[in-house]
Amino acid sequence: MKFGVLRFPGSCDDLDALAAARRVGEGELIWHGERDLKGADAIVIPGGFSYGDYLRAGAIARFSPAMESVIAFAGEGGLVLGICNGFQVLCEAHLLPGALLGNANRRFTFRQLELEVVQVDSAFTCACARGGRLSIPAKHAWGRYYADDRTLQAIEESGQVLLRYARGQNFNGSLHDIAGVRNEEGNVFGLMPHPEHAVDPLTGSEDGLGIFASIALGGQ
Amino acid sequence: MLIRPKAGILDPQGLAVERALPALGFTGVANVHVGRLVELDVEDAAQLQPMCEKLLANPLVEDYEVQLLDGNG
Repeated sequence: MKFGVLRFPGSCDDLDALAAARRVGEGELIWHGERDLKGADAIVIPGGFSYGDYLRAGAIARFSPAMESVIAFAGEGGLVLGICNGFQVLCEAHLLPGALLGNANRRFTFRQLELEVVQVDSAFTCACARGGRLSIPAKHAWGRYYADDRTLQAIEESGQVLLRYARGQNFNGSLHDIAGVRNEEGNVFGLMPHPEHAVDPLTGSEDGLGIFASIALGGQ
Repeated sequence: MLIRPKAGILDPQGLAVERALPALGFTGVANVHVGRLVELDVEDAAQLQPMCEKLLANPLVEDYEVQLLDGNG
């Protein structure tokens, strides 16, 4: 299983994502100006501030050459994981429903969160315990998940919400406490919290590894 | 192009400004929303709307309006 981790100007979690990927498979960085995805079996769009978050978070990264290849890759069923800024990029690219808005608390907020695993029947959570919790950090200013009522109803009915903020943990004001959502086809997933920062006991939790291990299982 | 949050979507920035104004003695203020302004020169004004749809605004969460100024504007 080979992960390709995108790197934009302003990405800052690309090396952690690469290190997390290498715990469960191979990993390689892909510069945003390249169209060649280097034979990756799964793509990770990491956190950070691609293109300085100019205009809107993720709005400009969406048009990079590497993203054009990722959009085609996703269209063919390839697995794509977007973390934080990567989630914003995937929403801007319309690979995922909805949008990420400024936190309801108006602040850049960094804290360790408890997430509920809502679905384990997915390529991104199949190695997690059903109904279990993940302790994973979040750090963002634009993480309030929003979608219109019709879209919310559709994604809830089709089981696209994979992760929710546990009770009392939804600091950003996301609708339906949504922390992570997949596309209808099930091959694209985005979440605001950072599983790649929770893969070693040194940092307090290994729960994030479940997301990477799931992808490695699903890609085989 | 004037771009603003869609009505009905929580606008924390607008709310913060709305709460700050009375503190300065400005009363009777309601419905504050903070958006952004994009100015540009363009040869073909027909490109402005698709520009807004594809990049300058996110139509899921933002409304936009285009104002044309003459060459001296």
